[in-house]
Amino acid sequence: MTHTALAHVDARFQLAFEGFQLAVDLQLPGSGVTALFGHSGSGKTTLLRCIAGLQRPDSGFLQVRGQVWQDSTKGVFLPPHQRPLGYVFQEASLFPHLTARKNIDYGRKRTAQAATAVELEAIVAMLGIEHLLDKIPAQLSGGERQRVGIARALALKPQVLLMDEPLAALDLKRKQEILPFLERLQRELDIPILYVTHSPQEVTQLADHLVVLETGKVVASGALAEVLTRLDSPMSQGKEASSVLQVKVWDHEPAFHLSHVGFAGGVISLPYQQATAVGTPLRLRIDARDVSLTLQQPVQTSILNVLPATISGMAKPVSGQVVVRLNLGGVPLLAHITQKSAVQLGLKVGMTVFAQIKATAIV
Amino acid sequence: MLSPSDWSAIWLTVKLAGLTTLILLVIGTPLAWHLARTRRWWKAPLSAVVALPIVLPPTVIGFYLLITLGPKGPIGQLTDSLGWGTLPFSFTGLLVASVFYSLPFVVQPIQNAFETLDMRLMEAASTLRATPLDAFFSVAIPMARPGFLTASILGFAHTVGEFGVVLMIGGNIPDKTRVVSVQIYDHVEAMEYAQAHWLAGGMVVFSFIVLLLMYTLNRGIRMPKI
Repeated sequence: MTHTALAHVDARFQLAFEGFQLAVDLQLPGSGVTALFGHSGSGKTTLLRCIAGLQRPDSGFLQVRGQVWQDSTKGVFLPPHQRPLGYVFQEASLFPHLTARKNIDYGRKRTAQAATAVELEAIVAMLGIEHLLDKIPAQLSGGERQRVGIARALALKPQVLLMDEPLAALDLKRKQEILPFLERLQRELDIPILYVTHSPQEVTQLADHLVVLETGKVVASGALAEVLTRLDSPMSQGKEASSVLQVKVWDHEPAFHLSHVGFAGGVISLPYQQATAVGTPLRLRIDARDVSLTLQQPVQTSILNVLPATISGMAKPVSGQVVVRLNLGGVPLLAHITQKSAVQLGLKVGMTVFAQIKATAIV
Repeated sequence: MLSPSDWSAIWLTVKLAGLTTLILLVIGTPLAWHLARTRRWWKAPLSAVVALPIVLPPTVIGFYLLITLGPKGPIGQLTDSLGWGTLPFSFTGLLVASVFYSLPFVVQPIQNAFETLDMRLMEAASTLRATPLDAFFSVAIPMARPGFLTASILGFAHTVGEFGVVLMIGGNIPDKTRVVSVQIYDHVEAMEYAQAHWLAGGMVVFSFIVLLLMYTLNRGIRMPKI
């Protein structure tokens, strides 16, 4: 991903239905993947529909990369078909009466600045759908349809890509089939992607920026590593609480079937990443319950990854449980420990401890 | 076999049914879309008005059309002042009456098709830069194709089968308003049973083929739901 200087996406919406209110005021980065995360009823899809113009809020302001799309104080409202965006729906919503190719061309031939034939070829190749172009949607699997749906949105060369739980309707196998394509999108596209999801796993895998929504309100918004580990964010308290580390492959130790990766907080050993060259950036997810704490550097332990850290915060979301936020050379890491351990070790904010990491996952 | 006046009646019937169907497709499509989409209070009363010809005796429709289109009726006075004369007992009058009479048979199948249309597809079209009208023609209408086929066939066939309305508003004028159903009536009145058989039998065969066509074609092009 190239980092050109881009304006932000500014979105302010007020909307009230019966029993539901959306009130958001967000500034989102002009590139990378922003995950809009929340449970059902949090308003994340409504927010996305407002950005697309599919839903008209009671009042709102929307500016994308310097262009005002909507300003209720001035009576400005671009209808969806005039907004230079791409939208990927939860159920691919392909036109059943058209082949995959004609689905992709539907939007392409309706906009002047759409992808050229060469660009389209690259999009089709990136999504691996060359062999599907002459099939109709009924002949495609759910995952294939979703890939065609993504190609259809990208063929517009949109200025922002909106994705509404593109994986939610797929089974685990199909999800695994699509995720690599989404990761490529994240790396190769120079436009902001707003990605609605209720899956923490997709968030840690894809997002650069995270917005957490609850009952129509933004409860946290910021860089992924930061928001994931904020103690007041619901994501740091649940069973699936985790931290994300951006690391680089340091070296390999094939004799022990290990690879070592480094980041500001130290070096971590991973199962051997034979196919990954030294210097390759990787993203690691570390579940908070896989991190334990000791006061002294353990000398005889089977755990390889022991890193020095300072405690930067603690919270007790449920009785018996303590969430500890650690600082490893400026990088935040969460640990879930029992309240008894916290008391026995006398943990306090500012203390220096050692974080033992039992397991990591490359995402 | 068929006499020249029989052929004339057949041609007139085909012309009447064809034109009626065409007009109904043009005015019935927006009406069906509106009925399928609106949530306003007038949906039920409007639906009821559209469906009236299904339950009313054709003579009732014919009677009121005769009064409104006639020299003393509001529309009759309007057409007269425009120099068009009055419509009853003319082919145009018959056409107007047929449009009313067959309206529900065209509107309802199209409305059903529009009601089952997944509105997310229309939203998808709008995010793909299609204006609402563009999306209507490029997505809603192609998706509703089976409904349009049924509507055309039913509208045509129902117009071919009308009798009471024709007698009330069209009368029995050769080459102008004497359609097949009236011609059969005339043959029977004149005890020309053989002549009546040719036309009546023809109608049975025609109707059967039309319905057969409709059921076979509609099964073939049913849209898979995604």
